Amino acid sequence: MTDQDQFSPSRRGFLGLAAGAAALAAAGAAPPAQAQVATKAHIVILGSGAAGTALANRLVHRLGGARITLIDGRRQHLYQPGFSLIAAGLKPAGYSVSQTADWLPPGVELKQDYAAEIDPEAKTVTLQGGEVVPYDYLIVATGLTLDHDAIEGFSLDLVGTEGIGALYAGPDYAAKTWAAASRFTEEGGVGLFTRPATEMKCAGAPLKHTFLIDDITRKAGNRGKAEIIYASNNNSLFGVPIVSEKVRMLFGDRGIDAAYSHVLRAIEPGKKLATFDTPEGQKELGYDYIHVIPPQRAPQVVRDSGLSWADKWVDQGWVEVDQHSLRHRRYPEVFAVGDVAGVPKGKTAASVKWQVPVVEAHLVAQIAGDTADAAYNGYTSCPMITRVGRAMLVEFDYNDNLTPSFPGIIAPLEELWISWLMKEVALKATYNAMLRGKA
Amino acid sequence: MKDLTFGTLIAVFEEIFGRGLFWAMLAAAGVITLAYVYVLIRDRAVSWRKFLWAQLSMPFGAIGAVLFVQAMTHSGFADIGGPVDVIVLLTVAVAGAIGLAILVYTLESLILRKTRSDV
Repeated sequence: MTDQDQFSPSRRGFLGLAAGAAALAAAGAAPPAQAQVATKAHIVILGSGAAGTALANRLVHRLGGARITLIDGRRQHLYQPGFSLIAAGLKPAGYSVSQTADWLPPGVELKQDYAAEIDPEAKTVTLQGGEVVPYDYLIVATGLTLDHDAIEGFSLDLVGTEGIGALYAGPDYAAKTWAAASRFTEEGGVGLFTRPATEMKCAGAPLKHTFLIDDITRKAGNRGKAEIIYASNNNSLFGVPIVSEKVRMLFGDRGIDAAYSHVLRAIEPGKKLATFDTPEGQKELGYDYIHVIPPQRAPQVVRDSGLSWADKWVDQGWVEVDQHSLRHRRYPEVFAVGDVAGVPKGKTAASVKWQVPVVEAHLVAQIAGDTADAAYNGYTSCPMITRVGRAMLVEFDYNDNLTPSFPGIIAPLEELWISWLMKEVALKATYNAMLRGKA
Repeated sequence: MKDLTFGTLIAVFEEIFGRGLFWAMLAAAGVITLAYVYVLIRDRAVSWRKFLWAQLSMPFGAIGAVLFVQAMTHSGFADIGGPVDVIVLLTVAVAGAIGLAILVYTLESLILRKTRSDV
């Protein structure tokens, strides 16, 4: 698993594009189909996002006779890696939206409701509609909750007006974010780009938005009248030190100022004033455009279930799982995958692609009365966009090591066109293939 | 599955273009290639006059392919950031040049079949 020679398919797939027929021929034949495990077990998957959908598609092929139930109240599936592109006016809101039901294989039951209660002792999930769903195995793949209320003075109604953006909130809000940001790229002023102090999904996205708005302002000829400030939650710009240093250099090159240890606490939309918590106390900064990313936590139903860590992330409630097997440390028939998993890294779609086969291996082995040695190493990937047309392909693991998929070919800390092409062309395709269980 | 297989690659390409378009393009490329082989066998010689036209079309194929990729991806020549980017750019250009040359040669051979004085 930690073997760096095991490339992720999206990147190899893309290289295959370049290498053409030769790579196609060299890639070889499909792997031998894995034998099905016969079982009558009832597997309940909470959440039909990237992790839940991909796992359902894979389990259907690995288990014969199992009952698989997917629970999610939302009909739409959201391709979240697209939000950054939508919020820079590069893609329409519809780019990220599809229907969950279209991704599911026959044989998986979709219950269109949200969970109201999880009881890991009784092994039941109670839905908001009142139905009680018993399970033999539970996969918690709910994703996370954006705690917008934690930012005083902010509400989602404001997004797109008063110079306020919030691209994490969904594809429509990402489009509204562009409405506000595009005014900034024309008129200039002070642009404030924030990130929360909690764990968050894709910690590269706040930086991407900063770089993209900087670039678009520059290309519009208005960079001279714009001041861009990135408010970091601590003393670094990215969780991986070597990447943080590179971003610091790029900020210097682009004239982006960094305000370290500035955590957004409140905004006053009328006055266009933002209040930050800093080590020296509260500090106010004026803005003409502000990008708000709220604190992120496990959904309340998960935090109420007793599945969360008791001594870590107590204000966030991520599920207490072993960081390598993603199995719950107290309830062996419970797994968590995706954003809600309480592991130090890995709240990205690329992480999900690596996590899902690990959970699949352990679950199927457990059902078969066996054990598996598959392990998740914290792999996380971020095509860090540094301007329209260029990105750095940043890949790393739990130990903050860089894990480049193409060492010597695609340098991880170099701004490259090929990395941008991956983000624009190959990433969604690979994501969709993953949803179908094929990557 | 973190290893690349032929099946994964096909799945990714299907998602990039859509299943219908991907297989239609593959079929079109296959048909053009077969037609090219067919005219070569039929004529039992390379027509150098047609080949000249095919060669003359190559720069247009190269430039067209590069501009197409750039337009589809909101990028331009200024975004070339390293050696691998130059390789990608040249690969796109070469693919466009060869593709258009084969297409032009094949169309000439099939449509202008009567003018065979040059064979």
